[in-house]
Amino acid sequence: MSTMKKSFSHLVLPLSVMALLIIINLVKGADYFRITMVNGALYGNIPNILFGASELVILSIGMTLVTASSRGQDISIGESATITSAIFVQYVLQASEVTPLTIVVAFLLSCVGGLVLGAFNGTLVSIFKVQPMVASLILFTGGRSIAFMIDGKLSPILANDISNKIGTVIPGIPIQTPIILTVVFIVLIAVVFKTTNLRLYVETVGINPNAARLNGINPKKIIFLTFLIMGFCSAVAGFIAVNKAGRHDSVNLLKLIMMDAILAVAIGGNSLGGGKFSITGSIIGAYTIEMLNRTLLRLEIEPAMIKVFKAIFIIILMVVASPVARAYFTKVLDKVRSSNKRKESIPKDAHIPTTNIAVKKEE
Amino acid sequence: MLSEIILEMKDISKSFPGVKALDSVDFKLRKGEIHALMGENGAGKSTLIKIITGVYEKDAGLITLQGEPIHFKTPQEAQDKGIGTVYQEIMLCSNLTVAENMFIGRSHGPVVNWKQMNEKAEQLLASLGIPASPMQELSSCSLAVQQMIAIARAVDMDCKILILDEPTSSLDEDEVHKLFELMRELKDRGVGIIFITHFLEQVYEISDRTTVLRNGKLVGEYETASLPQIELISKMLGNVLEDITKLKKHEPVVTDTSVPVFEGIGLSSVAGVRPFNFAIQKGEVNGFAGLLGSGRSESARAIFTADKVTGGEVKMKGKRVKIKTPLHAIKQGIGYLPEDRKGDGIIADLSVRDNIILTLQVLKGFFKPFSLKQAEEFADDYIEKLNIKTPTANTPIRSLSGGNQQKVILARWLLTHPEYLILDEPTRGIDVGTKVEIQKLVIQLANEGMSVTFISSEIGEMIRTCSRLIVMKDREIVGELRGTDLTENDVMNVIAKGGRNA
Repeated sequence: MSTMKKSFSHLVLPLSVMALLIIINLVKGADYFRITMVNGALYGNIPNILFGASELVILSIGMTLVTASSRGQDISIGESATITSAIFVQYVLQASEVTPLTIVVAFLLSCVGGLVLGAFNGTLVSIFKVQPMVASLILFTGGRSIAFMIDGKLSPILANDISNKIGTVIPGIPIQTPIILTVVFIVLIAVVFKTTNLRLYVETVGINPNAARLNGINPKKIIFLTFLIMGFCSAVAGFIAVNKAGRHDSVNLLKLIMMDAILAVAIGGNSLGGGKFSITGSIIGAYTIEMLNRTLLRLEIEPAMIKVFKAIFIIILMVVASPVARAYFTKVLDKVRSSNKRKESIPKDAHIPTTNIAVKKEE
Repeated sequence: MLSEIILEMKDISKSFPGVKALDSVDFKLRKGEIHALMGENGAGKSTLIKIITGVYEKDAGLITLQGEPIHFKTPQEAQDKGIGTVYQEIMLCSNLTVAENMFIGRSHGPVVNWKQMNEKAEQLLASLGIPASPMQELSSCSLAVQQMIAIARAVDMDCKILILDEPTSSLDEDEVHKLFELMRELKDRGVGIIFITHFLEQVYEISDRTTVLRNGKLVGEYETASLPQIELISKMLGNVLEDITKLKKHEPVVTDTSVPVFEGIGLSSVAGVRPFNFAIQKGEVNGFAGLLGSGRSESARAIFTADKVTGGEVKMKGKRVKIKTPLHAIKQGIGYLPEDRKGDGIIADLSVRDNIILTLQVLKGFFKPFSLKQAEEFADDYIEKLNIKTPTANTPIRSLSGGNQQKVILARWLLTHPEYLILDEPTRGIDVGTKVEIQKLVIQLANEGMSVTFISSEIGEMIRTCSRLIVMKDREIVGELRGTDLTENDVMNVIAKGGRNA
């Protein structure tokens, strides 16, 4: 069905990048896919990537929605997550005994915190029409100080058994807990998309807010809603991050993760100018970024140099994925196809004319 | 008149994946003639133009410019050879001055000689009789003057051929005449002008010759004066012409006691329309007639609350209702097809299917999405009913032609089964065949009991479809016309007399 073909075309880029990274890793060492069992849990390169990318995957989902509806990005997600996890840690530390209920209540409180932060950004963007990046610049600047004020001290330690299990593994279950939580989150999002019109509304608002309004959709509400969802995503990501770390480092927790989240959205084939979006693309994009990070480590590139290599890789990727390059490839592909056809019908040497990069303008 | 041929195109063909846009078309342009290029949407006019201007490369054929074979690869090359183009939408920078707009991107070297530029601009404006000063900011000029400045920019460099692609679509009558004067001036200078428009009257007013294209093929080249209008239409359409004359409008049964479907009392909006009263009966088709800016669209928008309403009250079937947002209006059974199809109507990147189900889906609610199967059924149903030409229901709406996009928006509203449907310029910028289809549909809907407000800048179209015309001038209702034998003159008279009639 052409529908299916169409809906997968945007995944070509992230999937081929992933394939390329896998090849590089296999060249480096054939044991790339080896998985070992340590204390009843699975470890290895692939589980490590899934484990490491958990927060990024969750944040990329929120970032995709915010981008699609508001045509801009939320750069305060790492700071939001730091604040919500500060709330979480504060509640857990003041409890005399840490029970599963304590953790659940603390998590729910941090979610409320996330929604408040999302509402703050969302209000600025939807009602006051502040550019998303400028609106979230406020929390980006002040967020870590707020987290520090909630904590009251530098790096409080989460020394309880449950937190440890959430951050690593639960005995008897072979898969690390953050991986499971991420999967649960993805399923939750999938259910939301299945049972609501979130996609249709967000895409409509992102593509043409005027038309959306004239057809009964309130663009302000939808943009606000996506920021609320972003806030919730931050809270979940903060929860996973702080339990993984075992302590709450207000200064470094999920630092600069918005860069990777925005990149994941872009690698996933989404336009940063809003409109149509693919959550699947962003999720694959997020895992690809983690894979890239670990590949560079595995290639034993000097830690100080890693960022340079990452930057070069991203530049190449973005140029290849740019509309100009895409139009060029499409054109070349068309020419090759049509010349093949001509070869089939007329067994003469088909002449391939020089290509012209003029991008076809749609009506 | 000199009959020297400056541009000759022979056996031009051009294919796009899946479509043969041009099939060995010939075209000749003589020196100092205004040549109308006519055809429905999709006939190949734009493709032909884009080949002349170097936007597309032809697949086959020969182009000669003053006897010399040419092969443009980029628009710049065409420009350098003296082919200027002015498009429908004005592509100038409104925050720059007139002179800057005329010479932007033309200066060679990094230094701009402002004084010289302004002087040159002044000369050119004066010689073409354009009422603008070089130092004026472009946005302070009227649309017509802006259009003229775009032309001045195009003809500045030793221009031999000027292509005008629907330059009049956003101009009022007076402005059109000013533009025509400029065209005649250029014609006298020996410039060959290719003129594309949807307004037949303008073709007869200004053009010397007419070339008609249909479905990518050449129908013929004619002396405009010796080609009767009715024949021109039939050449453009093939044989759907009879349909226009067969249109029979519907006369609703209105008694004094019938309660109107919609009644607005003292409505006014932020768009500046004066408080007005308006009512429409079940099964009635009415029109808001008036010139551009008369308030015809603003009134429609006020009814639907597309613009914020600042006063007045609304009754649906005699009951007072509160309508504050478009959503309220939709829930009350009002539909509104906006004037600006691109800006307010289509969701360009979404599929035809999503565009069709959008409003019904909004009515049904956020938490109750249609299944894919249901949505497909709705879409396929209306694609068939309205004869929407699209490869699949999954195709993005932006890749459809204007007429088919408009049908999709119509389908979107029909799917919600409104009691009262407002169509604001549903036929603007679309081909004649689709225009007729839409007019027929309006009459059919009224026969089925829907109330319709039909707004069009072509008064003839409204006279054919509407049983009552509300005439507007200067954002006020100045009269009302009923009857089956109205003529355009009746409407003009009411407009001319202003508020004293009624």
